Amino acid sequence: MSTPKPKVAHPSLPRNSLGLTRRDYEGGMSTLCAGCGHDSITAAIVEACWGLSLEPHRLVKLSGIGCSSKTTAYFVGEAHGFNGVHGRMASVATGANAANRELTYIGVSGDGDSLSIGLGQLAHAMRRNLNMLYLIENNGVYGLTKGQFSASADVGTKSKKGDANTQPPVDPALLALSLGAGFVARGFSGDKPQLVPLIRAGLSHPGFALIDVLSPCVTFNDHEGSTKSYAFTREHYHPAVEADFHSGAAADFIAPAESISVDYREGEEVVVPLHDGSHVHLKKLDPGFDTSDRAAAYAYIAAKLKEGQYVTGLLHADPAAGGDLHAANRTSATPLNRLPFERLSPGAAKLASLMARYR
Amino acid sequence: MEPTDTGEPDYYHRVVDCQWACPAHTDVPEYIRLIAQGRFTDAYMVNRESNVFPGILGRVCDRPCEPACRRGRVEEKPVAICRLKRVAADHRDDIAGLLPKAPAQRNGKRIACIGAGPASLTVANDLVPLGYAVTVYEQYGLTGGLMRTNIPAFRLPADVLDDEIGQIIGMGAELKLNAPVKSLKALLGGGAYDAVFVGSGAPKGKELDVPGRNESNRVHLGIDWLHAVAFGHVQSIGARVLIIGVGNTAMDCCRSSLRLGAQNVKVMARKSREFFKASEWELEDAESEGVEILVNHSPQAIVTADGKVTGMLFKVLEYDLADGRIVAERTVGERLIPCDDVILAIGQENAFPWIERDLGVEFDRWHVPKVDPVTFQSTRAGVFFGGDAAFGPKNIIWAVEHGHQAAISIHRHCQGLPVTERPARGVTLASRKMGIREWSYKNDYNPVERRLVPHVALAERFKKLKIEVELGFNPEQTALEVQRCLNCDIQTVFTAPLCIECDACIDICPVDCLTMTANGTEAEISGRLKAPRRDLTSPLYVSAALKQTGRVMVKDEDLCVHCGLCAERCPTAAWDMQKSTVSIPHATSDETPCQKQATRKSA
Repeated sequence: MSTPKPKVAHPSLPRNSLGLTRRDYEGGMSTLCAGCGHDSITAAIVEACWGLSLEPHRLVKLSGIGCSSKTTAYFVGEAHGFNGVHGRMASVATGANAANRELTYIGVSGDGDSLSIGLGQLAHAMRRNLNMLYLIENNGVYGLTKGQFSASADVGTKSKKGDANTQPPVDPALLALSLGAGFVARGFSGDKPQLVPLIRAGLSHPGFALIDVLSPCVTFNDHEGSTKSYAFTREHYHPAVEADFHSGAAADFIAPAESISVDYREGEEVVVPLHDGSHVHLKKLDPGFDTSDRAAAYAYIAAKLKEGQYVTGLLHADPAAGGDLHAANRTSATPLNRLPFERLSPGAAKLASLMARYR
Repeated sequence: MEPTDTGEPDYYHRVVDCQWACPAHTDVPEYIRLIAQGRFTDAYMVNRESNVFPGILGRVCDRPCEPACRRGRVEEKPVAICRLKRVAADHRDDIAGLLPKAPAQRNGKRIACIGAGPASLTVANDLVPLGYAVTVYEQYGLTGGLMRTNIPAFRLPADVLDDEIGQIIGMGAELKLNAPVKSLKALLGGGAYDAVFVGSGAPKGKELDVPGRNESNRVHLGIDWLHAVAFGHVQSIGARVLIIGVGNTAMDCCRSSLRLGAQNVKVMARKSREFFKASEWELEDAESEGVEILVNHSPQAIVTADGKVTGMLFKVLEYDLADGRIVAERTVGERLIPCDDVILAIGQENAFPWIERDLGVEFDRWHVPKVDPVTFQSTRAGVFFGGDAAFGPKNIIWAVEHGHQAAISIHRHCQGLPVTERPARGVTLASRKMGIREWSYKNDYNPVERRLVPHVALAERFKKLKIEVELGFNPEQTALEVQRCLNCDIQTVFTAPLCIECDACIDICPVDCLTMTANGTEAEISGRLKAPRRDLTSPLYVSAALKQTGRVMVKDEDLCVHCGLCAERCPTAAWDMQKSTVSIPHATSDETPCQKQATRKSA
């Protein structure tokens, strides 16, 4: 029998500017497998929303179908939510955004929902520069249907039964860079000190923000031979630039250091000892690397992928990208729910005159 | 930090705050679970193993367990541990068949216990089953010592005392009533005893040296007066009574006065409330019965006329406090309070006029015997002290523990073994996992608040001296109160090599007591915890290095509510919920296994 998370809390939890604790940003109890990377991402979203002092009722949570898409039920229980059809989260987000541009939108999807059935939806949301944070919980398998390879599975990665994948993956970060997304980042569910600032930044970015989060499937993709296991990801993920560029009132909270505690400094290589006595070399991007240089970021990520390294951190940010959905479609600045009924529904005479223009 | 050695018996014992705080180390969570299951007899027997007098202590224990209770750290009030103990005692079945008896063949060793109070009776309880011939000498015609003479029957009924003391005597101890020991020399002289245990209490009330003290027979010494009330020698008191002192004896004096006809009872305290020695609940009970407690009154003189008390004169004081301590005091006035009786309850001491000073039993300059705090042996081998007789007034649960330790010493002394070598404590762990997200204990956090024990109505309770005021929990209250226990003995046990560092335990922990971080000094790690460390004396668990990143898992034990969610959300069972059983050695631990009682398990 599952036990709900008790309401009891640490008596000295810090409070944000709204007077809320982290616990106030939780949702329902997760029904995902114990140890699922998605649950860590949920915790990171909770932390980020709390750190930004987001008013829960000003947040909209959107999702499609899949393990990832269940997670919107597990954070900020007092926010709005819409659990759409498979791969169609972006359409719902577009409609909601058009109707009310004042809310904060967070879409949570997976590699199946976004890179297979919903790839077209994702592509056009980026093309339209929809103002939202689109988070892909990327584990390389279809967990709900027992672990078939998804479109993000790497060539050569092994299934739980030992079959190797032969088809090349779709890399969401490269896709987003090529489609013009104004904010592209990659994180890892097991590295909250990096992920939480990325989510805070993504939520604050004016326009479409994509974060691809490597999120190991503990049940179907955490074995020897998998390239999306906890162990493999830890050995091959490659933190890029300092992620915490975010400024503002919420930035005064400094998350406790929980990482491997290597203090990266630009242009330096750091050596992290592994359990077996070997070392992994983590190199910072060149000090000259510019997060606004889309082409350079693309080339760098692609080169590193060839070496078997997943570059993580903030990859590209262009806050001034502009030309978002609202500008292109001249949407109402006032949320539709606050417009008087006469303006929303001008009546039969207006409809007739409108129709007459097309005759 | 080095990885925590959880094999050290005290590590997990400390996590069970109530058991750690209890002088006798009663296995509290275990008996509370047994009560929850309606197994009152088993719950009683778990109690009895360590504290010997569950029915008595379930009413009048000083409850060191309750301020320690973890529940009181995450909520306002601790579990009503003491009142639950009484539930077990009140609802148990006949336990005669469960108690050990003296073996048919005694071991030939004879032990004298002086005083039939809790310390001596515990010694008898521990030694009789091992074959010792134990003789208990009691100066009065009734057993119990101060438990009977100083604790009024409206708090501790005589039948409860008779029953639990009868259990011990019934094992095969010899009880000599009306047999005061007048000379230790005579007792030791004949070589009739292999060891003597002095458990004669602290029977001497402290005097107050003020004018008028000896000019009336209406000025009483508290413990002597309570004794006279208990034995029926005193059956009335004046209308206006002043109690001097504000300890638990004072509370018993003022409440007894009300039952003997006093109309106006005042307790006079020299200092303010934070310095009171009485337990908070005893103060509350007295005040609820209409007793007035006056603070900052220092006694000056008892005013008498024709051998009668007419009043008492006090200095009214003011104090300056710094950090909770008095740094200066001033007299701001004088006050005469009219009264008919004065009861002095300002403390008590042990007194040994019957111990000759040439026996090798040494006393310090305050006439207190020199007693080893571990072995309870005096400076003369074979003579042991315990209870209030050893270190002055404490309370019953301490006397019981002294008795246990003295019994171990006596057992070793009689075998010619050094008493300074003590049997070791141990701890065993066993998983409580029943299936996925299923445990053999109730792990959900029940937010119910502490239940209040019902009392007899005020009008009723003064009708007779011996009406027990507290009624004990009813079944509904019991059912709720038992669920407040957090099962601190179901430990979170971590196996570092299994951890894949997925963060699931850290994300789910409701009280944020887990952290994965780089290793460092205790100060460094404390500074990196997910939630601030509140109690630096509470243990910090640090694992071995984790295999993927070399970080360590850290747990701040202080606020863990033992909900088991870390273990439920752990994909590799690196966290497991395991019941710790701390073995507290007693003299009877030497029993052969077949003599040991069947293990009782609740979870």
